[in-house]
Amino acid sequence: MNAATDGATGSGTGAGTGGGAGAAAGGGGGLDTAFVVAWLEEAAGEIARQRDRLTELDAAIGDADHGTNLDRGFSEVLRALRETPPSSPAQALMAAGATLIRRVGGASGPLYGSAFRQMGRTLDSGEAPGASVTPAAFAEAFGAGVTAVERLGKAAAGDKTMIDALAPASRALSQAVRDGLETREALTRAARAAADGARATVPMTARRGRASYLGERSVGHEDPGAASAALIVAALATAASRTAAG
Amino acid sequence: MKKLINAAESLVDDALTGMAAACPGLRVRDRVVLRAEGPRPGKVGLVSGGGSGHEPLHAGFVGYGMLDAACPGEVFTSPVPDQIMEATRAVDGGAGVLHVVKNYTGDVLNFEMAAELCDDVTVASVLVEDDVAVQDSLYTAGRRGTGATVFVEKIAGALAEEGAPLAEVARVAEETGRRSRSFGIALTSCTTPAAGRPTFDLPAGEVELGIGIHGEPGRTRAPFAPAGELAAVAMDAIHGDLPLEGDLLVMVNGMGGTPLLELYVVFAEVEAYARGKGARVARSLVGNYVTSLDMQGFSVTVCRLDDELTRLWDAPVETPALRWGR
Repeated sequence: MNAATDGATGSGTGAGTGGGAGAAAGGGGGLDTAFVVAWLEEAAGEIARQRDRLTELDAAIGDADHGTNLDRGFSEVLRALRETPPSSPAQALMAAGATLIRRVGGASGPLYGSAFRQMGRTLDSGEAPGASVTPAAFAEAFGAGVTAVERLGKAAAGDKTMIDALAPASRALSQAVRDGLETREALTRAARAAADGARATVPMTARRGRASYLGERSVGHEDPGAASAALIVAALATAASRTAAG
Repeated sequence: MKKLINAAESLVDDALTGMAAACPGLRVRDRVVLRAEGPRPGKVGLVSGGGSGHEPLHAGFVGYGMLDAACPGEVFTSPVPDQIMEATRAVDGGAGVLHVVKNYTGDVLNFEMAAELCDDVTVASVLVEDDVAVQDSLYTAGRRGTGATVFVEKIAGALAEEGAPLAEVARVAEETGRRSRSFGIALTSCTTPAAGRPTFDLPAGEVELGIGIHGEPGRTRAPFAPAGELAAVAMDAIHGDLPLEGDLLVMVNGMGGTPLLELYVVFAEVEAYARGKGARVARSLVGNYVTSLDMQGFSVTVCRLDDELTRLWDAPVETPALRWGR
């Protein structure tokens, strides 16, 4: 439960040059603050666009508020990032996580919030915390974020939760980085694995979260948490294209 | 959709403004509903909370003999840790604070986070998990907290008012939960203001069995039937899990859109059912206490009383939604 114990917004390291200068996510290069901010912006945009779809998925097997709640939370994340521009990827992620925990409520607030905070904390404690992180460090942090969700939500693969999108994405990302793939390609593979994972929840019987109360009746519906997780991971690939374009 | 709202986004705040204006015994601050008089030194504080849309739960149960604070979230969405922390600190009279938490993943996570962050206050927690419609806790998030929450808040609140220490208040809260079971049936879905249309479609000739309190679909559907048969379905489920015996506290609860007239019809059936099993309905509540917005339907909650619980149930209470003896 460590991921959940610290309420303060992460302070980051204060090192580095800040977000504006030369965002980079292409090649084998580092992932900088601008990339992480772009990721959060893309995720917020996609969640806003798909808000009604997420809420409809939730209406089928939950309580019809997933899109509304996440949209509210990610709008607040964007506002927080504008008000206090982060100076490192770690700081951006911890600020996003703290904002989601403070603003969303429900289960998705603490779960996504803890994931981002744990990512930030892992980057912050890495060998070279600062304005840019290596793809390998980013993949490791992503994995730590997913582990935080598993621990907090007590969910495992196959339970029909966001883990079913996040865990395959984490594996794909780590594998791609180990194989030495270009960063953008690695993030694209993660996005694909998350989308496949979300679709794979359709035939599953929910064992965690509110859909679990339906038992067998949850079969035949995509899990709204897995669907939103796939959107958030897809935003990684979009952000990579965007920030590497220049 | 026709709803008496100004805007879906401002619904909870607008309602809290009205509640504060209507209830001089309450004070509303940053989405925390408190007793106006503040904490009493040496008394254990009781804090509960959850999504809005279940009124009068929880804010309607803030007052003498029951809760010290309630934290309303967005509609059907648990409150955030900040609210719970603020409530916890605000009601601490030096004797510690009991969190009454309904078993939903979101409620549990947010209350856990708040309790961990409130390291300056001694916090105990009781989980209410009374809904027998959720069968196997190995393959689910566990039984939902529903109607028994009212019993736990009333009975633990009464003991706290007597000045009992936190461990005792927590014990009686646990005991109340352990002795309570619920089952709910919906005749219609409900419409959340943000979604604007019913959460699920229920044909005219069918009912949902084993619903929770968030408009989520139930375990199964069944043909619509007379009140006696529907009451028997609920009571069979409860009796099958915790056999009815001795003195019972029974609540027949409306889901928000059911006339009280019909709830009394259900209560008559429930009372006869209990008598048929050799038990006695010694105390009762009939009305809308744990609702799901505008849903039509009812839930039954049964608690097997003992002398201590009966005495605490009968103790004076003065809240917007429950008041007697004072």
